[in-house]
Amino acid sequence: MKLSTYNFLTSMAIKGVKVGFPLKLTINKKEEVESEFNPTFIERLLPKLDWAAIYGAAQVAELADDIPPTQPENIGENELLLQKLHHLLFEIDVLEGQLECPETGRIFPITDGIPNMLLNEDEV
Amino acid sequence: MTKLWRKYILWFAQEHVDFRISEFESIVKMFGIQFRPVTEQTLKPFWLVEFPDEKTALLYASRSIALRAIFELYAHSNKFSQFHERLRAHVTGNKDELATYFRPDTSFKITVETYNKHFSQREKIEKIETMDYLPIEGPVNLKNPLVEWWYIEFWGLDPTAVPPEPEEILFGRLLAHGQRHLIKELSLKQRKFIGNTSMDAQLSLLMANQAMVQEGDLVFDPFVGTGSLLVSAAKWGGYVLGADIDYMMVHARCRPSRISQKIREKDESIRANLKQYGCADRYMDVVVADFSNPLWHPRISFDCIITDPPYGIREATEKVDAKANSKDSTRTDDMVHYPSTSHYSLQSLYGDLLEFAAKHLRLGGRLVCWLPFHREDYNPEMVPHHNNLTLVANSEQRLTGNTSRRLLTYEKHSQYSVVGATQVPVATPSEDFRDRYFNSALESRKERRMRKAEQRELGRAEMELRGKVPSDGRAKKCELNKARFN
Repeated sequence: MKLSTYNFLTSMAIKGVKVGFPLKLTINKKEEVESEFNPTFIERLLPKLDWAAIYGAAQVAELADDIPPTQPENIGENELLLQKLHHLLFEIDVLEGQLECPETGRIFPITDGIPNMLLNEDEV
Repeated sequence: MTKLWRKYILWFAQEHVDFRISEFESIVKMFGIQFRPVTEQTLKPFWLVEFPDEKTALLYASRSIALRAIFELYAHSNKFSQFHERLRAHVTGNKDELATYFRPDTSFKITVETYNKHFSQREKIEKIETMDYLPIEGPVNLKNPLVEWWYIEFWGLDPTAVPPEPEEILFGRLLAHGQRHLIKELSLKQRKFIGNTSMDAQLSLLMANQAMVQEGDLVFDPFVGTGSLLVSAAKWGGYVLGADIDYMMVHARCRPSRISQKIREKDESIRANLKQYGCADRYMDVVVADFSNPLWHPRISFDCIITDPPYGIREATEKVDAKANSKDSTRTDDMVHYPSTSHYSLQSLYGDLLEFAAKHLRLGGRLVCWLPFHREDYNPEMVPHHNNLTLVANSEQRLTGNTSRRLLTYEKHSQYSVVGATQVPVATPSEDFRDRYFNSALESRKERRMRKAEQRELGRAEMELRGKVPSDGRAKKCELNKARFN
């Protein structure tokens, strides 16, 4: 799972959960994959992302030094930051780990790089 | 101004004919191409269309899957004499402009293409010779010509009633081929990871065109399966994301579909498919998730949603569901638990899909999906609809004698507001596709088996009458197997 996807996922499907975001991320095993830097795509993606969750992910991935805690203005002109965001959001692949619902503590495992967001019968 | 517009011949493959017009419409809309149809856009394989310039024509060809090739039109007519007159007039009338093609150092080739009528090589050469008035000076080069002209005769569509004269005679200069080479390039035969329901390359490319996938778009498939739709979307520059309820499928651990393959290879995955076609950078993620429950952050918006939902025939329609269970649970907390699934009716599935698209598409974004149905009870009313979405295309693909599926393309035209305020109940077929498919076929499976057995028995009796001894295939096979083990 890439950290961009982490920013999209919630646990609001669980009965009684209202927001379910951001999920608490734990990384047990990660891999760095190289991918082509596309600044336009990142700029288009940014309005869809939650900065607090980006920063949270950066802390877990031990890259918090690269990312400011609050979203700076005119990010499109800051090529260096865009590159760091690209590395954080697309080049870190979480192979093993887990996502935890902030409200109920329900754990969603990540195996072989794929998060399992399925719920049990009694949870929906 | 009008004088600058040029006429072009569009030559289409006569396959998935119903999809051609909507593909054309999608591509011209995506690139903002201006055009004027010259002939009516019918089911014929040759269309005449005016574009403002050659660049526009090439832009269209750079994306079309239905298109075989595009030509700059020199002359066309339905009578030979008039055709030659017009071609002669065109060549003399545009002398200066065409001069580069008729220079002594410009090698050339003329291809003769006849539709619905066969001509021998000799007859084709004779046809070329009727155009001896063309001021060609360059050498012939059949392999690698600098300029390639095509002479086309169209002899109608019905092979049983070929008209005495061709319906259309066309002549033009080849500009470019369409993108049909991608069908071979992305063929499922060579693909790393496929499953029972992988979409064939041609249709998935068509779907991506319908969705108007462009460079840097975020594309989502909620029923991703083996990711065949993501492959074509990524090929056109989309960044792709998928989800599926089937854990084994998403992890590529399900039973292999290839007859020669016993177990899945270790490195099979949706990501490997994208890597195979050089689109690894376009792979975002796949997630194991149940579509009937909300999962995605409300802020996320997709540029396109392309999907082929399960119809319940080859792949089950499932969702996680609560079941009344009076037994005490014996499972402990550390045990792996596989949630039980229940049937997800097509009705509620399409309802959820349209609702999801209305919520999560950007304005102007498109949803492209298949709807299976029984041909006899199709009426336009049964196509699902939603207040925030407009149906922009609806093309049919026949599956069997009495079943079909339609490729539906929706465009989001207005912002989603709270449930209940704008949402219209989705009208879908009252009965499930699966139930009809298995239960109300013209003949049931049992009837068919009995009929086949009866036929075999008749054949055997006839053989005996003719004095032949019918061989017992089953016994033979048993013998062979025994011999193998002794």
